Amino acid sequence: MLDQLLAALNETERAAVDEEEYQVLQAVVDELPAFSHEVSQLIPILQEIQGKHGYLPRLALNMVADHVQTSIGKVYGIATFYNQFRFNPPGRNPIKVCLGTACHVKGGEILLENFERRLQIKVGETSDDREYSLERVACIGCCALAPAVVVGEKVEAYVTPSKVEGIITEIEVRNEMAAREQAKNDATNE
Amino acid sequence: MTQQTNSPKEHLLVHAERAKERVKELKESPVPVIYVGCATCGRAAGALATIAGFEEVLKDNGIEARIEKVGCLGHCYAEPLVIIQNPGFPALLYQKIGAGEAGILVRSFLKDGSDPCYEYLIGALEADENFPTLMDYPRYLYENRVVMEHCGLIDPDEIDHYLAVGGYLSLAQGLEKGGEWVLDEVKSANLRGRGGAGFPAGRKWEIARKVEKTPKTVICNGDEGDPGAYMDRTLLESNPHQVLEGLALAALAIGAERALLYIRAEYPLAVKIMERAIEQAREKNLLGDDILGSGFSLEVSVFQGSGAFVCGEETALIESLAGNRGMPQPRPPYPAVAGLDGLPTVINNVKTLSTVPSIIRNGHQWFRSIGTEKSPGTAIFSVVGEVEYPGLVEVPMGVTLEHLVVDVCGGIKDGKELKAVQIGGPSGGCLPASLMETVIDFDSLKSVGAMMGSGGLVVMNEDTCMVEVARYFTDFTQGESCGKCTFCRIGTRHLRDILHSITIGEGKMEELDDLEEICEAVIKGSLCSLGKTAPNPVLTTLRFFRDEYVAHIEEKRCPAKMCRPLIAFYIDLEPCARGCDACVACCPTDAIFTTSNRKKAIDQEKCVKCGECVYACPPEYDAVRRVSPPEMIPDQGVKPLSETEKEKEESK
Repeated sequence: MLDQLLAALNETERAAVDEEEYQVLQAVVDELPAFSHEVSQLIPILQEIQGKHGYLPRLALNMVADHVQTSIGKVYGIATFYNQFRFNPPGRNPIKVCLGTACHVKGGEILLENFERRLQIKVGETSDDREYSLERVACIGCCALAPAVVVGEKVEAYVTPSKVEGIITEIEVRNEMAAREQAKNDATNE
Repeated sequence: MTQQTNSPKEHLLVHAERAKERVKELKESPVPVIYVGCATCGRAAGALATIAGFEEVLKDNGIEARIEKVGCLGHCYAEPLVIIQNPGFPALLYQKIGAGEAGILVRSFLKDGSDPCYEYLIGALEADENFPTLMDYPRYLYENRVVMEHCGLIDPDEIDHYLAVGGYLSLAQGLEKGGEWVLDEVKSANLRGRGGAGFPAGRKWEIARKVEKTPKTVICNGDEGDPGAYMDRTLLESNPHQVLEGLALAALAIGAERALLYIRAEYPLAVKIMERAIEQAREKNLLGDDILGSGFSLEVSVFQGSGAFVCGEETALIESLAGNRGMPQPRPPYPAVAGLDGLPTVINNVKTLSTVPSIIRNGHQWFRSIGTEKSPGTAIFSVVGEVEYPGLVEVPMGVTLEHLVVDVCGGIKDGKELKAVQIGGPSGGCLPASLMETVIDFDSLKSVGAMMGSGGLVVMNEDTCMVEVARYFTDFTQGESCGKCTFCRIGTRHLRDILHSITIGEGKMEELDDLEEICEAVIKGSLCSLGKTAPNPVLTTLRFFRDEYVAHIEEKRCPAKMCRPLIAFYIDLEPCARGCDACVACCPTDAIFTTSNRKKAIDQEKCVKCGECVYACPPEYDAVRRVSPPEMIPDQGVKPLSETEKEKEESK
């Protein structure tokens, strides 16, 4: 099925499906038979796929449409209607800036700008090295700790623009240390 | 054989007795018990690190103690919250306990048993002569916790904790007396829907009960999408069985066989806790087939909402359950007549359902004695923003906003002035200080242009711009408009664009009339309450804060100095300290330079007006000024250091 779908794409579209995405799609092909064929299960199916792989690859939508016997238009319509779904892979460090009322009043927008400037990506994008992705969320319900930012699983409370630098530096230092550790291990193994 | 003749109540009492035994064991534990608030907000504040801290220090000191995870007390300002039950002492509530404080508590209080660490103490849970009690605090004294009574005190993962405090007794009683009786009680109690609109729950149930088509469905609406409200999440996470009991009672009243919990996927912890709660209730035969031997059966499952604000609307929610885009449908037919799969469906908010068990337990007269004649019961608000003690507050309906903000939540922080209270989220309105005597109930709030909504309440001081707040909410509803109705889809966009142009200083006076006209059109031309209430923030700010709109348009000035295109920052050379670099280090765009007399100044071209330097500047200098409009920056004749001066500076 996957190769058929790939064959139907034009040159540039096919080039956009890299090795990693191909792997994800292959996995989706394997997972699909376990899902219900009911159209009413469309949302739970999309949730499952995104839950496993972090995003919904374009061709996965075609496969789901085929699976529940509906049009790709309907599947795409649903996936774009709900805020939960995303179409590009998230970064290893997904950053979600809360823009609920309390966070907005306390400058959430400014934080978002600072992240955009620091990471050189716009909201909704993932950095080229897949290290970071940046999103805005409506409210994470931590209003009393505003302004809040979720980095990975961790909620950072009372974030200030200068703390943005600190958050990113912390990740960079952690990565750097992990890399050195890795290098050390590799050296000893040799 | 006697087993079969047992009534539901007798069945339940067997469970309850066992549960009480288990909880008694915990309450009378010979070793200390540490209860840590672990709802999403507590975790955000670091509750899991606190637990790790406790575990480590307990182990290091060889002290035996039990750690219990509980839900949320609603005191967000004091998270992470910890209750310590140390034999010989009353149960004591502590605030802001991180891993470090956990260590101190263990060493000073649990190890030596001598020092209860008054510095972190809020008070004792029960009256005690040696400790202040919680009742000494306004937050506890003025609140009337009906729905949130057990939140933060019981373990949401343990059904026994709920059974031990009388849980599911109302369900057993309902099963004995029948659905008709449950319906009558809730109708007589005049329980109005807590989701925002205030439609009487009993009436909705009655309609569904009368329709003869089956199977019927009850849905618990936990699709809390309102930015700034999180009480539904707290109830789901802190007392899940209370929600399930209410859901089962509703199902009994209308004769439903299936029940659904519709919970936002953004609330993963709530989903997990509810799934576990359903499992436990099923094991004890409190859900599932032939509940407590009564012959009544109910299947309950969880559906995860995918994050669309409009799905708070009943018909849109049903559409999304059917696997469609969540677009509202015209009513009638009402879901109570023809909802999910065209069958009778009752949808109630989490708070509404959580209130039901207490009504059945205490009777409708008791419920009507709380609150006001037309809005009986309590209201839960998430009070956030510029108040001293933000968090979840449950007060009887009928108290004034003034009482809620000043008496219960400690008034405005930092000695500033209250400017407005935004109540009801994107569908609500901004009420000025002059309306703080407004009584909180469904009808009074509507009469001043606001709305109970989901109960989000943001308190704002003089530093918040009302035009910007209106723009923010309109931007939100614009993004969440499902696109079905033209007036909502395009009208909210026009509103947002006009408001945006005003906040960047490009508004025109005649556009204020346009705003009002579009608001009217959006209200009239929208099918569901998302569109019908979307103009509320605009209309209320126009009505109560028109002078701010005028200042933005005519003077290009933002009175709250919040709209960034209309403000500028400069450093007052007089108080600025020579050689201090605090602001330079914090500036994200390197806009601050050293002047020829070695003080600091801001390069307006580079400045992004984030305001970080205001906080970075040491309070003893307090030299950063914020002005609006930007032309107000005085000419201080600042010059950057010349190259030679720079070199000299660096060589030092």
